[in-house]
Amino acid sequence: MTDSPYRIQGATGEWEVVIGLEVHAQITSQSKLFSGAATAFGAEPNSQVSLVDAAMPGMLPVPNGECIRQAVRTGLALDAQINRWSRFDRKNYFYADLPQGYQISQLYHPLVGEGSLLIEPEDAAPKTIGIERIHVEQDAGKLMHDQHPTRSYVDLNRSGVALMEIVSRPDMRSPAEAGAYVKKLRSILRYVGSCDGNMEQGSMRADVNVSVRKPGGELGTRTETKNVNSVRFVMAAIEHEAKRQVAVIEDGGTIIQETRLFDPDKGVTRSMRSKEDAHDYRYFPDPDLLPLELDEAFLADALASLPELPDAKRARYEGELGLSAYNADVLTADVETARWFEAMLAEGAPAKAGANWLISELFGALNRLGKTIGESPVSPRQAAELVALVGDGTLSGSLAKQVFELMLETGQDAGVIVEERGLKQTSDTGAIEAEIARVIAANPDKVADYKGGKDKLFGFFVGQTMRAMGGKANPGVVNDLLKKALE
Amino acid sequence: MTNLTDLGVADIRDGVAAGTFSARDVATAFNAAVEQGRALNAWLVETPDHALVAADAADAARASGDLKPLSGVPLGIKDLFCTKGVETTAASGMLKGFVPPYESTVSGKLLNAGAGMLGKLNMDQFAMGSSNETSAFGNVVSPWKRNDGGNAALAPGGSSGGSSAAVSARMAPGATGTDTGGSIRQPAAFTGISGIKPTYGRCSRWGTIAFASSLDQAGPMARDVRDCAILLEAMSGFDAKDATSLDLPVPAWEKGLSADLKGKRVGVPKEYRVDGMPPEIEALWQQGIAYMKDAGAEIVEVSLPHTKYALPTYYIIAPAEASSNLARYDGVRYGLRDLPDGANLQEMYAATRADGFGAEVKRRIMVGTYVLSAGFYDAYFTKAQKVRALIVRDFEHAFTQCDVLLTPTAPSAAFGLGEKSDDPLAMYLNDVFTVPSSLAGLPAMSVPGGLDTQGLPLGLQIIGRALDEQGVLNAGLAIEERAGFTARPGQWW
Repeated sequence: MTDSPYRIQGATGEWEVVIGLEVHAQITSQSKLFSGAATAFGAEPNSQVSLVDAAMPGMLPVPNGECIRQAVRTGLALDAQINRWSRFDRKNYFYADLPQGYQISQLYHPLVGEGSLLIEPEDAAPKTIGIERIHVEQDAGKLMHDQHPTRSYVDLNRSGVALMEIVSRPDMRSPAEAGAYVKKLRSILRYVGSCDGNMEQGSMRADVNVSVRKPGGELGTRTETKNVNSVRFVMAAIEHEAKRQVAVIEDGGTIIQETRLFDPDKGVTRSMRSKEDAHDYRYFPDPDLLPLELDEAFLADALASLPELPDAKRARYEGELGLSAYNADVLTADVETARWFEAMLAEGAPAKAGANWLISELFGALNRLGKTIGESPVSPRQAAELVALVGDGTLSGSLAKQVFELMLETGQDAGVIVEERGLKQTSDTGAIEAEIARVIAANPDKVADYKGGKDKLFGFFVGQTMRAMGGKANPGVVNDLLKKALE
Repeated sequence: MTNLTDLGVADIRDGVAAGTFSARDVATAFNAAVEQGRALNAWLVETPDHALVAADAADAARASGDLKPLSGVPLGIKDLFCTKGVETTAASGMLKGFVPPYESTVSGKLLNAGAGMLGKLNMDQFAMGSSNETSAFGNVVSPWKRNDGGNAALAPGGSSGGSSAAVSARMAPGATGTDTGGSIRQPAAFTGISGIKPTYGRCSRWGTIAFASSLDQAGPMARDVRDCAILLEAMSGFDAKDATSLDLPVPAWEKGLSADLKGKRVGVPKEYRVDGMPPEIEALWQQGIAYMKDAGAEIVEVSLPHTKYALPTYYIIAPAEASSNLARYDGVRYGLRDLPDGANLQEMYAATRADGFGAEVKRRIMVGTYVLSAGFYDAYFTKAQKVRALIVRDFEHAFTQCDVLLTPTAPSAAFGLGEKSDDPLAMYLNDVFTVPSSLAGLPAMSVPGGLDTQGLPLGLQIIGRALDEQGVLNAGLAIEERAGFTARPGQWW
């Protein structure tokens, strides 16, 4: 493991930052962890609440097998130990968004044990981050304080929704590593399909544990910044918190173990509660639930259901498809992109040309349009056809750009556009020679300059010829013929 | 004509089926008895119309030949069972006015089997108590009196004291109870009726207000063993809504009844001979042993060495679970809300729970909170879980030597109301014989064994192997047939 060089410069010298992350990821499932209520985002308040979620008297939790399966698949994707025997515990505390008065979680015997995640931060060496555990637990409801001047309202739609808490080891040493960790974890969750990774909708959020120390020294006291909901904020929270801790220590103070909140508007963390007034959660095994025991068939099915994961896919793109490392990386970072690319290949697009087109042309267009690849107006089949038309010489690069623009506007297939608008590239040397002759005749002074040594004017003649040809001339043929004509 | 309220579950079922009397006549007779028995304070809600509607359905079913297993049988339902559209409070001010929009699995099964509901039965608040004195709506008074000429009001036992009083006073032929540490068996013993707590998981807990989840089990209380078997058959069965429910078929217990114990071994655990046990209880026990021998059983002395730790273990585990189970009563969504002027959330919680819970409930929440607290958890809760495992092992070992165990149900006959209410520990000692089998999740029942010198009923307890309700019922039947217990309280109300 290589230590990244990230250091905080303090008055007393350099400080090292030690970071661990607890990522809460909402498990993708039709219904909640212990009830049949739906989980869709954005529903009317309290429209997705069962008697169990509202903790009515006599109601009992029943585990949702799909949520357990998704957490197990996630563990397998992180090379983690799957515990054949695990158990649910109650975490007891009073709050208005917690109807039972306890959260069902797993403290003592989590479903998933140790695993690991390979991160490749920009401008730093790859690094393996340890995963300590993954446990499943219920989400709480939501309090709404803006509905009434003196009262708070409770929305229990999220109450009981299944979460995975993915706890890392304190292995990260810079905001960049933490950012890379969250991105990679999100990528894997999306590949696996166990969490949609939408941080802005709250389906993935991170508790950030930060401490500082003199490089290589004893671990410092850590603080925990709760519920940070974007990669950028995770990095900003770490940077601010580390600098704050250094300043406190160098001013002769001590760091107290406490829970903090990140204010994204100001970019600072703020104390929420300290350990002294921390809850005593009185964890104990939930007597309403039997221990979870997983058999080999269940585990084998979960393993067999895993898709090719990003690292393996990237290696295959480089090795089998011959893509550049950069292209392979870009195409595999997000499962949607990889799926789109593979759909193109399935429609017959050649890998290298397809990859280049997707990364330069499609990404450019989507960026302009503010759309995700899932919302692309052009389908993989249409893209494959376009790339094929370039490959067989029907379209030049610039013609292909024109055709693509028209595809985005009209939704028509590339072939149709080429036919209807006559955008086919021509290699008709007679027509091209005729235009070249006209261009040379019209620009005698430029011809003289070129022959006098101004080589750069060659581009001018190419441009003039292409324009005269309506952009449809094969650029290679134009080049060859022009060279001959200007000799 | 027979007094219809003297009939038990089987008699009513068979009489309705035979056309000896109509279900409406039965319901009408019991409705009148309920009304007449208000001095006992056994009912929190009376539902005469519910009983009549079910009776009319039973009479119609007889006419069309569609009788169900409990057609025409009106029952009392302990107020711990949520009943759809009928106020359910667990005898706590916390839930006063709470009307569930759902029916508990157990009461629903009984109603689906054709039973009617006479009303909701009073109980110790949240099933915490052994005398019914913790009810927020006044204690139940036992229909029994001592034969000393005095008029002392006696405890009907608890927590299912409304159930025991109602069945014993002929206000219902049968009733549901729940048993966490003896709450079916001890009140049954105090009132001269039968009651069985089945194996943990036989009866779904769904819709039954939780006290201590790992211990709570529903069961029937009735006049005799056969009636218990009939009701238990209707109440039991797998429920996907309860993760601890047993996914097993329900045996035909009534059909399997047999008082012949030839070839059976009855274990007598020596550790149940506790210090200070009244000689009458010892005599009753010996009488029970004689009945068993007479029925053909072999008597073996067995040892349950961890018995003395059962009570402290129970009074750690049950309050621990209760402290968490009762956290949902917070004034936010239903039930009582006490919101003093200008109060914040914490103050609302404090005011609501201070007002809504009775003293015993608060005591157990405090004990439970304490034993789960950081720094005490291992010393209390973890230790108690370990001892619980040892108690389970004790029983497993004993059942290699015998088929059922015979013990007294309670260390005394019914005590007077108010006699123990100031001394929680004395009250807890009432559960000394019933708690171990609760901790082990085993089926156990109480049947009347005789009367003490004051003319009060005493119960004998039979504990069986897990899932062997049949063995328990059969041993109970053997005692019942030999004890010939016919005593009933004189009607003073």
